[in-house]
Amino acid sequence: MAHSKPVHPAIVRLTHWVNAAAIMVMIASGLAIHNAHPTLPFAVPPAMTFGLGFIGGLRWHFAAMWVLAANFILMMLYGLASGRFRRKFLPLAPAEVLQTLGDALRGKLAHADLSAYNGVQKLFYMGVLAAIALAILSGLAIWKPVQLQIFTLAFGDFDRARLVHFCAMAAIFLFLLVHVAMALLTPRTIAAMIRGR
Amino acid sequence: MSIRKIPHPDSGLILRDAARRVDLSSRRSFLRHALGLGALTMLTGCDVVDGQSAEQMLSKVSDFNDRVQAWLLNPQRLAPEYPESMITRPFPFNSFYTPNSADKAPRIDPADWLLNVTGKVENTQDWTLERLSSLPQFTQITRHVCIEGWSAIGKFTGIRFSDFLRAVGADLNAKYVTFRCDDHYVTSIDMASALHPQTQLTLGFDGGVLPREHGFPLKLRIPTKLGFKNPKHIGEIEIGDEFTGGFWETYGYNWFSGL
Repeated sequence: MAHSKPVHPAIVRLTHWVNAAAIMVMIASGLAIHNAHPTLPFAVPPAMTFGLGFIGGLRWHFAAMWVLAANFILMMLYGLASGRFRRKFLPLAPAEVLQTLGDALRGKLAHADLSAYNGVQKLFYMGVLAAIALAILSGLAIWKPVQLQIFTLAFGDFDRARLVHFCAMAAIFLFLLVHVAMALLTPRTIAAMIRGR
Repeated sequence: MSIRKIPHPDSGLILRDAARRVDLSSRRSFLRHALGLGALTMLTGCDVVDGQSAEQMLSKVSDFNDRVQAWLLNPQRLAPEYPESMITRPFPFNSFYTPNSADKAPRIDPADWLLNVTGKVENTQDWTLERLSSLPQFTQITRHVCIEGWSAIGKFTGIRFSDFLRAVGADLNAKYVTFRCDDHYVTSIDMASALHPQTQLTLGFDGGVLPREHGFPLKLRIPTKLGFKNPKHIGEIEIGDEFTGGFWETYGYNWFSGL
């Protein structure tokens, strides 16, 4: 057992946890910025912003963005180049997703083999990667609407890009709720993401 | 004979403040709020034992972001311009002072008003409004983007700032242009952005004279930067190599704040 290949190689574990920390800081600081001119009809509670305030939120957001982006690029390069994404996420058939959902509703949530993902997991992991990519691209569009105006234009205009940025965050946030709940239900998965097996 | 007005009795104070970057009480409150995030700083490799180091790390990243943005600035790339039909009316008012009310905007008598030009310039003669208005002007319809996230499209008429800098014989190799305002606001910009073709010394707004709430008689319109880098009620323009920061920059806003 000690010499068997780990479920998650070291690079996957490292980028996973760096990503987790960066995402948390980006969401909390982003919500602190959001509250200066809310997209939602209300300001989010200060607890969700780690109490950063507007200026603290700005400073953390524009620092953690480098960590998030650099780590995300590394994560994507490894996942694509090593074939890991292809092996883990494909093929994905709608029937497989429905099957998993059905099992889950009947209380048959099984995750015996940590190295293989069910339909919903495949969909969620690909979905959250896409949402992070969208958050980064829409972030560039509202950070640099003159120098990178092609990005802003791709989303329509400044306000549309801002809305997309918010929605991408909301999608990541919802993923996070489900992902953490599922991990807590199967603590072995957390151990595997720390120790590799 | 040139009459030097004494424009801002406490502009020195403001500048000293600006140079200190973050005053003590706001730093403390910032640190209190930032402590919970200490964990992230582990990722940066900094040895963070207290909030003070976290704050220093954030300031270093902000300085790094200044350099990235200076590098990213294409001096020829224009901010998008919009049709008249897209102009935001009424154009939002926003102030650095509280309460956020146009009632507190300074009342300036155009007959008494003078613009001082100081620092690395050949001609430090003061400008009357009449003399300034005789320079060629152009109009732009551009989007003003606030750091808070809102934006508004406005129509601004005024002098190309690069024309003005040449008219006063400014050292175009100097690093910074600082604006000191009659409402005691201060901010500064890099020379490359100052020379951008859309950077404008604005005298007119939406077809009329620049109204009091938007900076009468003179404001800077710089569509390549965030709103707070567009000072109103300008009283003095200084060209120099020494970093002078600004009001909001003192509290932690990123200095370059390019768009």
